[in-house]
Amino acid sequence: MRPIRVLVAKPGLDGHDRGAKVVAAALRDAGMEVIYTGLHQTPEMIATAAIQEDVDVVGLSILSGAHMTLIPRVLDLLRDDGREDILVTGGGIIPREDMDALEARGTGRLFGPGTPTSELVEYIHNWFEAREAQTA
Amino acid sequence: MTTAEMLELDRLREEVAQWRARFDAATKRNALFANSGHVVEPLYTALDIAGDAAAAEVPGEFPFTRGIHPTGYRGKLWTMRQFAGFGTAPETNARYKYLLSQGQTGLSVAFDFPTLMGYDSDHPRSEGEVGKCGVAISSLADMETLFEGIPLDKVSVSMTINGPAVILFAFYVAAAEKQGAVAAELRGTIQNDILKEYMAQHAWVYPIEPALRLIVDNFAWSAEHVPLWNTISISGYHIREAGATAAQELAFTLADGFTYVERGIARGLDVDDFAPRLSFFWDIHNDFFEEIAKLRAARRIWARHMRERFGAKDTRSLIMRFHSQTAGVTLTAQQPMNNIVRVAYQAMAAVLGGTQSLHTNSMDETLALPTEQAVEVALRTQQVLAYETGVPNVADPLGGSYYVEALTDKLESEAEALFTKIEEVGGVVRGLETGWLQRQISESSSRQQWEVEQRRRTIVGVNDFVTDEGELTIPLLKVGAEAEREQRSRMAAMRASRDDALVKLRLAALRDAAKTDANLMPLILDCARAYCTLYEIRAAMEEVFGAYREPVFF
Amino acid sequence: MPQSFDALIADFEAGKTAALARAISIVENHRTGYDELMTRLHPRIGRAQRLGMTGPPGAGKSTITNLIVQSLRRDNLRVGVVAVDPSSPFTGGALLGDRVRMEAVALDRGVYIRSMATRGSLGGLSARTAEVADVLDAFGFDRIIIETVGVGQTELDIARTADTTVVVLVPESGDSIQTLKAGVMEIADIFVVNKGDRPGADRLRNDIELMLGLRRGATSANIPAHHGIPLKTFNPIRIARDAARSENPEEWLPAVLGTIASKGEGIDLLLAAVDRHFRYLQTSGGLKGRRRNRLKNQVTEVVAERLRARLWEDPDTITWLDTQLDLMEAGTATPFSVADELLSRSGPLLTGVKP
Repeated sequence: MRPIRVLVAKPGLDGHDRGAKVVAAALRDAGMEVIYTGLHQTPEMIATAAIQEDVDVVGLSILSGAHMTLIPRVLDLLRDDGREDILVTGGGIIPREDMDALEARGTGRLFGPGTPTSELVEYIHNWFEAREAQTA
Repeated sequence: MTTAEMLELDRLREEVAQWRARFDAATKRNALFANSGHVVEPLYTALDIAGDAAAAEVPGEFPFTRGIHPTGYRGKLWTMRQFAGFGTAPETNARYKYLLSQGQTGLSVAFDFPTLMGYDSDHPRSEGEVGKCGVAISSLADMETLFEGIPLDKVSVSMTINGPAVILFAFYVAAAEKQGAVAAELRGTIQNDILKEYMAQHAWVYPIEPALRLIVDNFAWSAEHVPLWNTISISGYHIREAGATAAQELAFTLADGFTYVERGIARGLDVDDFAPRLSFFWDIHNDFFEEIAKLRAARRIWARHMRERFGAKDTRSLIMRFHSQTAGVTLTAQQPMNNIVRVAYQAMAAVLGGTQSLHTNSMDETLALPTEQAVEVALRTQQVLAYETGVPNVADPLGGSYYVEALTDKLESEAEALFTKIEEVGGVVRGLETGWLQRQISESSSRQQWEVEQRRRTIVGVNDFVTDEGELTIPLLKVGAEAEREQRSRMAAMRASRDDALVKLRLAALRDAAKTDANLMPLILDCARAYCTLYEIRAAMEEVFGAYREPVFF
Repeated sequence: MPQSFDALIADFEAGKTAALARAISIVENHRTGYDELMTRLHPRIGRAQRLGMTGPPGAGKSTITNLIVQSLRRDNLRVGVVAVDPSSPFTGGALLGDRVRMEAVALDRGVYIRSMATRGSLGGLSARTAEVADVLDAFGFDRIIIETVGVGQTELDIARTADTTVVVLVPESGDSIQTLKAGVMEIADIFVVNKGDRPGADRLRNDIELMLGLRRGATSANIPAHHGIPLKTFNPIRIARDAARSENPEEWLPAVLGTIASKGEGIDLLLAAVDRHFRYLQTSGGLKGRRRNRLKNQVTEVVAERLRARLWEDPDTITWLDTQLDLMEAGTATPFSVADELLSRSGPLLTGVKP
């Protein structure tokens, strides 16, 4: 099977990329192709990169509190280009009720601080297999 | 050493060997490691500090291992300085007045991310972020509001700002002028430590060289105009939070400090003119004794290097004054009440290490900005430590402890070894350009993550002693979109009322001066007085300096 | 994504980036429909100029690529970038970070950036990269830049799929010398010594020129005996260079340029050299040759891939091969005789025509 392609991006202005980098390295070690976009990305930059790179998954790490503005915009931009099939997941400092609201808005699962990277890897693997089974 | 002392040591050596045999027979446990990775022995004795000079040291004397004041905390307690800021300037102003009324003794401004990056609240990149993680300050007008009714010649104020630090500092000085305060009486600190931004925290604006120029400009200007102001807070905090070990935090931060001193001297400044205003900022992590030893080692290394390497003569250039903050990275979202306990131990380590000021984190900070109740518990934690435990009664109470003295020496030698490595890669600036420093931190970070995931390192409530109840059981502070709307309308009003011609003139003057070697501080201050905004000033210099682009290192 | 093939082609022809990205994935993975897609695109291929960028890690390739793209955009040229980085041989995963240095053009609609991992494919990778470049060509980009880390032969092969190959080196880097030794002298049309303000930059440029000259036959025989010749005018590099020039004026002599990418210096000269090389290719017939060569390589790759698929995915063939194992073990057959026999009994299978 081909490798899963994942875009790991840091939306917003906070510079805390420790989590994003740990996740990027963990996904690579799990055999995925990880495209890392760096810090301070706008939703437009993230959606453009996701579409150009034809990724399966977008992983967002956000700790600045701007998640309710930035994540829905990424979803909208992907949908505008017909790519609502891309899984948008991620984590950071996001209160539970906001996570629920975002998941209802169309993201995949969102993970809180302290989640082992293995949990994210497993989640992406399972999602990908389910999708491949569906389209096959 | 006298013969009697040597015989005594021989006897001890024998006893320790016997004890070791009994210990090994009785325990099967594997070696334990400190956060920095070195082995922690099960017992320390006089053998571990034989010939150690520190045991003979007293507080307030070179090399200041045991503290910078001869009086310890009896002369002056540490400053309880809670980092705070959210939403708009009026909201944060109200919070400051509350904190001062509760017995807090200094203010510490947390800016929102747009401000930290040099964007105005009405800049498109600020959308969704205004006031979220700190207060939004886009011009002198906001700064005036932030300190309305708080006399700036009476209260010491610390500002966590780096990339655009000189601009915010200019707003502050201009706001103080408007209050009628005398510049020479202003007390406080701007963080202004750009090297650690490239290394770890990432709130940069300009490339390395022009950024260093602005810092030295400020050293020179401040020595003349605001002599009591701390022009920089050389910060290990963010380096540690990004994943460094205690030894790396110690070494990289001090190496940053030495780099600033070198740059100041290279500008032609006398080291004793600016070094007394350099201050430090440390992260206080979980490994109790290692953190105390780190602070003791830091003071000793700084004093020695300043005297021996840079020829400083003024005692104030030799002493390391520092602020401490309990480690945000140790807070857990799981069972958040446990964080109160972590913070209390960390606060005690900071005090036993001789900190000059302290921020204690609130239990909910891994989830959101702290609620008023959580902040109060954090402040009370310091007050209990100060007034109930008796810990501050004796200066450096752990001085002479076999373990703490040995660990202090150990951290000092680890730091010296890292200084040598930094020299080998060409110094701090070169090490940042090639990514060597970033990679060291990143490797430590990955290793710690791995240890936690492999359960080689226990985090209570996260990878052990886990409960099934809901992940979150405390109320959270929510900053809504109103702050952003309000801030935008404040900006619009300010822009409408200012003298646009003057704004253009002042910005053009700054831009022109940036192309020369002139000290930019007076020109930035003139911009601030004319109500040029943060982004306008940032952009004027960016036209000349360019912007920093992130290199990628994993 | 549930999208029909025809819809994809229609979107592709309408210039939709999402369709281009999907098409590249199909080609990169040789998914079902890949050959049909390439067939449909074939008439549209052949307009774009292809530039290969290679060099050791940290030489500044991405930074230079970024500057080149910005410069081309000022001329209103549309640019596609393929950035190839190695996959981990152990996990198959890869960390692709080239986009970070290209942030300045990230939102430019006239620029498309695609990160590719080598996926450990032995051979075939350069062909696949060339096919991805074909897709970009068909989409209508004026310039295509293929960027790879020049550490091994495969990466050099990728760079060679371009019309013009630029090798970026830096002074004070052992990697640069290794790269020189690894065979880039043969593939480079243009050498760039980046970080030209660092010590050793001039020396590296001289070394490259000397090696280029020596390769073209300058020897000590070209150097006059030094009776009466002042030693300070004795310059083996110039002599080597002159020897190279005089030998065949029609032949392209690789340009050796200096840049300081961090300050944006030298990019104009580099682009001028690229244009000069392309004109040289056009007038010398080299371009036609390179393109014909690419077509030939593509056929070779397709044949190899089809043979592999047709033979080894055929259960009868596998069963038959298993029956030969005893004979080979007993020594009555050899792997070579079995291979010959297998090929001759598989005629219809190989041609794709079932008997």
